[in-house]
Amino acid sequence: MDASPLRDPTIGTGAAAGGPAPGRVVIDARALSLTFDTADGVVHALSDVDLTVREGEFVSFIGPSGCGKTTLLRVIADLERATGGSITVDGVAPAEARTQRLYGYVFQAPALLPWRNVLANVTLPLEIFGMDKASRLEHARRNLDLVNLAGFEKKFPWQLSGGMQQRASIARALSFDPKLLLMDEPFGALDEIVRDKLNEQLLKLWAETAKTVVFVTHSIPEAVFLSTKIVVMSPRPGRIIDVIDCDLPADRTLEIRETAQFLAIAHRVREGLRAGHSYDD
Amino acid sequence: MSDTALPPDRDDAPVTPMSTTRLAAIATGALTLLGGLAPLTPKVTWSALPLPALLLAIAVVLGAGVLPRLVDGFAVAVATLVTAATAVALLIAAHAPSVAGEVGVGFVITLIALWLGSWALIERLTVWRPTSPALARLADAAVPIVFGAFLFLFWEVITVGFGVPAVLLPPPSQIAVRFATSLPILGADFFQTVVRAAIPGWAIGSAAGILVALLADRVPFLGRGLIPLGDFVSALPLVGIAPIMVMWFGFDWQSKAAVVVLMTFFPALVNTVAGLAAAGRLERDLMHSYGASWGQTLVKLRLPAAGPHIFAALKLNSTFALIGALVAEFFGTPIVGMGFRISTEVGRMGLDMVWAEIAMAAITGSTLYSVLASIERRVTFWHPSNRGR
Amino acid sequence: MTIDAAIAPASRPRGPGLLARAFAGTTGPVVTIVAVLMVVWYAAAVWLNAPLVQSETPLSTAELVDATLALERPLLPAPHQILIELKKTVLDTPVTSKRSLVQHAWVTLSSTLTGFAFGALLGLLLAVAIVHVRSLEKSLMFWIVSSQTIPILAVAPIIIVVLGAIGVTGLVPKAIISAYLCFFPVTAGMVKGLTSPDRLHVDLMRTYDASPSATFWKLRVPASVPFLFTSLKVAIAASLVGAIVGELPTGAQAGLGARLLAGSYYGQTIQIWAALFAAAALAATMVGLVGALEGFVLRQMGTRR
Repeated sequence: MDASPLRDPTIGTGAAAGGPAPGRVVIDARALSLTFDTADGVVHALSDVDLTVREGEFVSFIGPSGCGKTTLLRVIADLERATGGSITVDGVAPAEARTQRLYGYVFQAPALLPWRNVLANVTLPLEIFGMDKASRLEHARRNLDLVNLAGFEKKFPWQLSGGMQQRASIARALSFDPKLLLMDEPFGALDEIVRDKLNEQLLKLWAETAKTVVFVTHSIPEAVFLSTKIVVMSPRPGRIIDVIDCDLPADRTLEIRETAQFLAIAHRVREGLRAGHSYDD
Repeated sequence: MSDTALPPDRDDAPVTPMSTTRLAAIATGALTLLGGLAPLTPKVTWSALPLPALLLAIAVVLGAGVLPRLVDGFAVAVATLVTAATAVALLIAAHAPSVAGEVGVGFVITLIALWLGSWALIERLTVWRPTSPALARLADAAVPIVFGAFLFLFWEVITVGFGVPAVLLPPPSQIAVRFATSLPILGADFFQTVVRAAIPGWAIGSAAGILVALLADRVPFLGRGLIPLGDFVSALPLVGIAPIMVMWFGFDWQSKAAVVVLMTFFPALVNTVAGLAAAGRLERDLMHSYGASWGQTLVKLRLPAAGPHIFAALKLNSTFALIGALVAEFFGTPIVGMGFRISTEVGRMGLDMVWAEIAMAAITGSTLYSVLASIERRVTFWHPSNRGR
Repeated sequence: MTIDAAIAPASRPRGPGLLARAFAGTTGPVVTIVAVLMVVWYAAAVWLNAPLVQSETPLSTAELVDATLALERPLLPAPHQILIELKKTVLDTPVTSKRSLVQHAWVTLSSTLTGFAFGALLGLLLAVAIVHVRSLEKSLMFWIVSSQTIPILAVAPIIIVVLGAIGVTGLVPKAIISAYLCFFPVTAGMVKGLTSPDRLHVDLMRTYDASPSATFWKLRVPASVPFLFTSLKVAIAASLVGAIVGELPTGAQAGLGARLLAGSYYGQTIQIWAALFAAAALAATMVGLVGALEGFVLRQMGTRR
């Protein structure tokens, strides 16, 4: 398989199917690469990655383990530094985007602080940004409402189910109203029933807030269901092998997964994954 | 979970360590120059070692200027050489009859320069990341060694240079000489305290603790009663039992061994119980599904899983054993033994001998500990803390 | 059946919130074992002390048992003798008297607490420094850990004598020994605690561009609290041992250690045991208080269920 990314002519118009009108570029990566020196030699976590994400899009990265999808997200978030190529986030370098608090990040695990209740967890970033107490509470309450956690403010993380914990973590990422929401397999640890429900809620939340979302997943149905654009990645070296526009109607319900259009997109994603997969593991 | 195995501390690497290191190197050079020029003792107006000090200072200043432009490994080598040279010069100067005990401004300044230099060197070694893994391991090991070497150096130079009375703190050289010339006494004391009291007591106490833990595991009623009691007793100052043991078992090593048995028993009991609970629920269910007996489950699953806990107790107990044997000797002993020697030499103000005994105890303690640690690494090689070595 | 027995320890309730249930589960066995130990103690006392009983006339068994349990300097005093001695020296003697065990316990307690306060503070500061300065972590940690493999109490007499030589006596030298024994568990525990937040939480703070001090106060410090209390419990027990051993070379002036030494000089076994019991009570009380504080703080923080 060709290692260079397929340059789909429709990149950036993924929202044409009814989402928000195509906006300006939020993430722009050119020939991005990242290598690690490990004891077992050099690992090419990312190789020659080109990517454009526009305002209001919901972009999913999908691929097998080791394809660099989490690493790419971490580079966008300035949790990892690229070793080659260029990347801008909202027109500035990732480090600057981070210091300007342009994005909210949701991790694989809820990563709630166990000694803080739900409300205090959601206000944590606001405290760090030095917001006054009244505004903190106002922001936190609003975002807890958004993720349907009103009434659970005083609960501690361990008193919530896994799905509720992850919702609290999403409320925390949204609490300071960032332009961009970066989500790293947020529902990967949840069972499928809970995951379906949260997927629906996330779509609703995306429609309400009009955020730009970058979402890492290894589930094909999840990627197709949520996204306006799907980036298929492949390991060794980590690279983009296909970019698929997902032009399903904007107001999707779970039933859409039975439609021929959905299955066709899912099929194309699966084909891409199969083509890019190396069978040496 | 994660896409790629991330090397552990990518994000923590300091960004520009060079600026502070260079600053420290320049300051070191300037101070060495100043120290070399200032009178070394109040008695002489000109430094006893003006020329070497001047040369060294020039070398350091040059090094500070050139250092950043050199390859890392070479820079570290240069810094090491320069600092070592200053250290040796200071060591020789401190021991010079005209200087010892009567140091002046020059000495103090050079000492501060050396402190700065050694700190910069350690800082440099810490952030140095050689590409060759063997060199990297060497650099990692070098940091604490260099730190320790400087610690002893400052001890020596300060006690000799400032003429600290030997009753307060003898210099390491004097302790080393005492150690070397008193080997027969030290050997006899070692045999009495360590070989006859500490080690047998340690073995009996630890073994008894482990056995009782197994018994408590086999008989749940016993376990439910013994475990809270063990937790309770572990917090008690058991070493206080020493005078009673001396009364019961006499002045000789038996009473010391008895104290050690008592002190080592409870840590072994408590840790083994914790270790036996360490095997995972799934693994135990697996053994259950095989219809394995208690003994089979114990040998195949639970004892290996308890290994790290048991070794933690054995290592802790090796320290307790020495403490118990030494302190018990404060309560009466035949005229041999490390604790006996310490308490009598303290009374006669023979502090160098006391320190020699402490050095002996330190060597013994760390040897026992590292022997146990290396056995542990072989036995519990699978444990996360031992992987990747 | 056998498997049930093998699995039993795991089902032992460990969570402190289950304290009540755990207590109900262990009270019976603990009381039984303590009772058995008492019986063994009395039997041992009779057996060990019998050779010490002197009498012109042959004694009946009952008389012999009575005599063995009433000796003035028995090899092993019976528990009730120790309790009587404790009552006498604690309750019946004015606190100001030199014979009052309360006074001796206070002498030991004051140096224990002083040493504990300074040692714990030093341990905390060292841990914070080690966590923040990498060169310290690499250079100092090795020596701090290896300093614990040497029998530190051997240094105790030197500290007493050296400080005595420069005129420092009384509480300070003992407190220094206590502090020396205290700092290590606190340093080791807090270095572990302050570095215990996992990668995810550290990354989270990084996405907020949190300053080092915000990361320290909002993440590292709260995460280290359980480690702090665990190490404080070890430290305060060690501090008491340090204070008692520190009293040994001063030549039996005051304190529980001095009572032990004096008792061993004059063969006053009952006095030794009473001092031991007092030391045990002190240790248990102090560890218990730290444990109670731990429970309170963790409940306040909500991390304990």
